[in-house]
Amino acid sequence: MRRIVIWLASTITILVLLFGYHTSTNRTSSAAAPSSASSPTSTAASNPTASPSTKITTYQGSVAQTRWGPVQVQITVRSGKITKVLILQQPNGNRRDAEINCATVTSEGYLQSLQAALDEAGR
Amino acid sequence: MSSTVLPRRADGRIERRVEHVMGMPISLALRGRHAATVAGDEAWQAVITQLRRVDEIFSTYRTDSIVNRLDRGELSVEECPPEVAEVLALGDEAERISGGAFSIKLPTDDGRRRLDPSGVGKGWATQRASQTLAALDDTDFCLSAGGDMVCHTADPSRTAWRIGIEHPLDPHTLIAVLPIRSGAVATSGTAHRGAHLVDPRTGREPKGVASVTVIASSLTWADIDATTAYVHGRDAAKWLQTRPIRSALVVWADGTTTRLPQDPISSDID
Repeated sequence: MRRIVIWLASTITILVLLFGYHTSTNRTSSAAAPSSASSPTSTAASNPTASPSTKITTYQGSVAQTRWGPVQVQITVRSGKITKVLILQQPNGNRRDAEINCATVTSEGYLQSLQAALDEAGR
Repeated sequence: MSSTVLPRRADGRIERRVEHVMGMPISLALRGRHAATVAGDEAWQAVITQLRRVDEIFSTYRTDSIVNRLDRGELSVEECPPEVAEVLALGDEAERISGGAFSIKLPTDDGRRRLDPSGVGKGWATQRASQTLAALDDTDFCLSAGGDMVCHTADPSRTAWRIGIEHPLDPHTLIAVLPIRSGAVATSGTAHRGAHLVDPRTGREPKGVASVTVIASSLTWADIDATTAYVHGRDAAKWLQTRPIRSALVVWADGTTTRLPQDPISSDID
């Protein structure tokens, strides 16, 4: 269970990084932070499909234009907790199929690395 | 490896795993027969178990690690696990070959030399752990430890792994993409950790070089050679010419590059 939580936490972090990356310069500025899962904003093309008994809701984020290409995620929320992050769209440009070699990256630095984005997108 | 009836990833899809050991991400890309089988997963778990054990022995961050106890004189080499003697011997060989530019005994502020085999241990441990994956039949893998990697393609007719070399001056871009079927790629530089590589002979940081990438048959030596070349600073490329490596890419501090061997190796810079 702890691993799942860590995995989710890192997923969210990477999504924040992915989404947050180009928003300052991105003209379309369609980035939806994963926080939109708990309160979908107008920027997120949400289509919540709530099931009253189990309180499972899925939110579909809008397509964010990142430096690596378009990214779109779907988040499943169950009783207020994110239980699943599904990557609907991921960059598949030239770089996306390359494993990334670099000078030693630490666990902290990994979250901001290309390999992290690749690992997440490939799950 | 035991056979299994689980569905096979014959479609060339890549399965990925990540764990954090030794303060760095260990990530695996697996494709082929055992990409999504129990045997594949067991091999991955074995890799992680082995790396955790190495960390317990060699970590310089844990005061109770074997290596720190050895450094304090609380243990003799004979009392240590056999891996210690192996790594120390590698360190000695690397120091000899490098003329002292590489050493596992690093200068400290108080003038003493501290035992720190991490310059040898990481590549050596990853190369060794990858044997478990190489034993998976008809399965390709790319095992990365904090950016340094061991690649393996079981069938030479299959597509090579594409290895993107990160640009040391702009870590969000790649300076080259190299196709590698089987072999190791190691990069030394200070892009992610700040200045942490010093010349053991002088205690000073090397000048003029931003990163050194070495491609060789084993990560043990690719890692050592990349570090040593980096420490050689402006002589990095010259020193690498003396080494039995497949190829190398030196990125200088001004962003220019030198490739070895000089005739162009297959790559697409973008």
